[in-house]
Amino acid sequence: MSYFILRKGLRAIITMWLVVTFAFVVLRLSGDPVELLLGDAPDPATLDYYRARYGFDRPIWEQYLSYFVNVLHGDLGISIKDERDAVEAVSQALPRTLQLGLASLALSLAIGIPLGMVAAVYRNRAADRFAMSFAVFGFSMPNFFLAILLILLFSLQLRWLPSSGAGTWAHMVMPTIALGTAGAGSIARFTRSSMLEVLSKPYMRTASAKGVPALRRFSWHALPNAAIPIVTIIGFRLGDLVAGAIVIESVFAWPGVGRLLVSSVSSRDLAIVQAILLMVAFTMVAANFLVDLLYGWIDPRMRTGGSGQDKA
Amino acid sequence: MSEFKAHAPQRGLLDRLNLRHTPLLVWLSMGFFIAILLICLLCEVIAPYHYTTQNLSARLQPPVFAGGSARYWLGTDELGRDILSRLIYAIRFSMMVAVAGTVIGCVLGTVLGFIAAHFRGWIDEALMMLVDAQAALPFMLLALAVLAFFGNSFVLFILLIGIHGWEQYARLVRGMVLSATSHGYAVAVRSLGAPPIRIYARHILPNIASAIIVSFTLNFPVTILLEASLSFLGLGVQPPLTSLGQMLGAGRAHLINAWWIAVFPGLVIFLMTLSVSILGDWLRDRLDPTLQRR
Repeated sequence: MSYFILRKGLRAIITMWLVVTFAFVVLRLSGDPVELLLGDAPDPATLDYYRARYGFDRPIWEQYLSYFVNVLHGDLGISIKDERDAVEAVSQALPRTLQLGLASLALSLAIGIPLGMVAAVYRNRAADRFAMSFAVFGFSMPNFFLAILLILLFSLQLRWLPSSGAGTWAHMVMPTIALGTAGAGSIARFTRSSMLEVLSKPYMRTASAKGVPALRRFSWHALPNAAIPIVTIIGFRLGDLVAGAIVIESVFAWPGVGRLLVSSVSSRDLAIVQAILLMVAFTMVAANFLVDLLYGWIDPRMRTGGSGQDKA
Repeated sequence: MSEFKAHAPQRGLLDRLNLRHTPLLVWLSMGFFIAILLICLLCEVIAPYHYTTQNLSARLQPPVFAGGSARYWLGTDELGRDILSRLIYAIRFSMMVAVAGTVIGCVLGTVLGFIAAHFRGWIDEALMMLVDAQAALPFMLLALAVLAFFGNSFVLFILLIGIHGWEQYARLVRGMVLSATSHGYAVAVRSLGAPPIRIYARHILPNIASAIIVSFTLNFPVTILLEASLSFLGLGVQPPLTSLGQMLGAGRAHLINAWWIAVFPGLVIFLMTLSVSILGDWLRDRLDPTLQRR
């Protein structure tokens, strides 16, 4: 088990290093940040002053090293717009994003898992067809289009819900639905196929032969065994949630990280963009690492045989 | 196709597709997709106007079924441009970007997958590390970071869309090539003295092609959505060019008084991803040998 953790941990660290290096390379390739900051035709003295101030006059490897040290210290620069600390600016927006992300993940699970189980149990029957139609609808529907339809219906037509902003629970409803629907669809599908696999196993027949009630059989015997692909898909969902949040937060003017990112990209506020990139990367890598550990915990086979995927 | 039959241990491609027992929904999706392809080819012929043609005296006209005039079937936008015409050109543009992007990603990933499987060792390790790194990050974020740093350019945008998804093909192809090289047919051809490149191109590639095709079809709607999302946010295709996402994003400002600007392109994006998803699922059920038990 310790070897397993070590190997996964090493992978996580290397991935992080790749991302940090990527950010540095892209940042330097993109041209002189100082000229970008100062706009058209600044005088050379000012340029030199700011170059020296931000350390752009030093050799590239030295910049890389000091950059790396800064990143390790959690210093990701300051916003060129309002001179705020980038990490601080992102941290302020983070709770809103987490709130929205968790709510929509919960919605996805609450709809997706029961729907997938029902579809598997009533395979090829009307309930299955309905559940799978919903699933296909869910992940074919672009979240931004769903968002716009929701706004048209609930804000402009019925006038029930506010179309933008944050604060009350009413503000949460539409972003959560828009962000969670796709996830509900894919989780329903994975739950279904994973349950189907498990339902055909001999131990399920044994359980039914010895008279275990259906509900207990499905939720107690089958679901835990079907859980691994579901946990995987939740791991993947995190990435989709981040990507979705970028769009959905912009549509609903939700003051989270996603909207901050889009506005920073538009104004080319590089420090903020970079801080978000690294922080999300760190979160994702950490989450993947945790999912890997969770695997090892759910399925002891994962710990011993090295990586299962090599054999595929 | 005859090549494929000659080497494939399974039945031929058309046989396996089993077109006679195809659900209606799949036929509808196919029909819709073919219609989309025709629209792409025949933009200039079908579209009543050019997508930049303005008519400032006919701004924000509703579609014909909502009380608009028959001159503009789907209404006009804030500059009096015909929504239908813009939609037709936007479909072509979005399809071009999505096809180019998916093809670039597929070719890149497939080649790298073969390279990883052939050389093994540290090249394999390094490539798989890259695959992991990219899979660990939401691609949208990387794309936005690159767009922020380099500014917006069309070539960069296509490249970005192309880089998206390569890691899936690389992982898939690597795994399949590794298992294929130990199969009887590959061992046989190798012992006959065929060079690796011949084994890969003539024997293994045709055998794993169906899985790559399935992956391609499943990846295609994701690419459409990526392009649409970026353009929707105003960070992808820039005016005066237009794409479905860009139209939808621009229509957001007029939701209150002109819903049709946003709703029609959104509907087209939805139907496109829906039909390609249905086709992809169908192809996978028919072509993926691991699923044939069910």
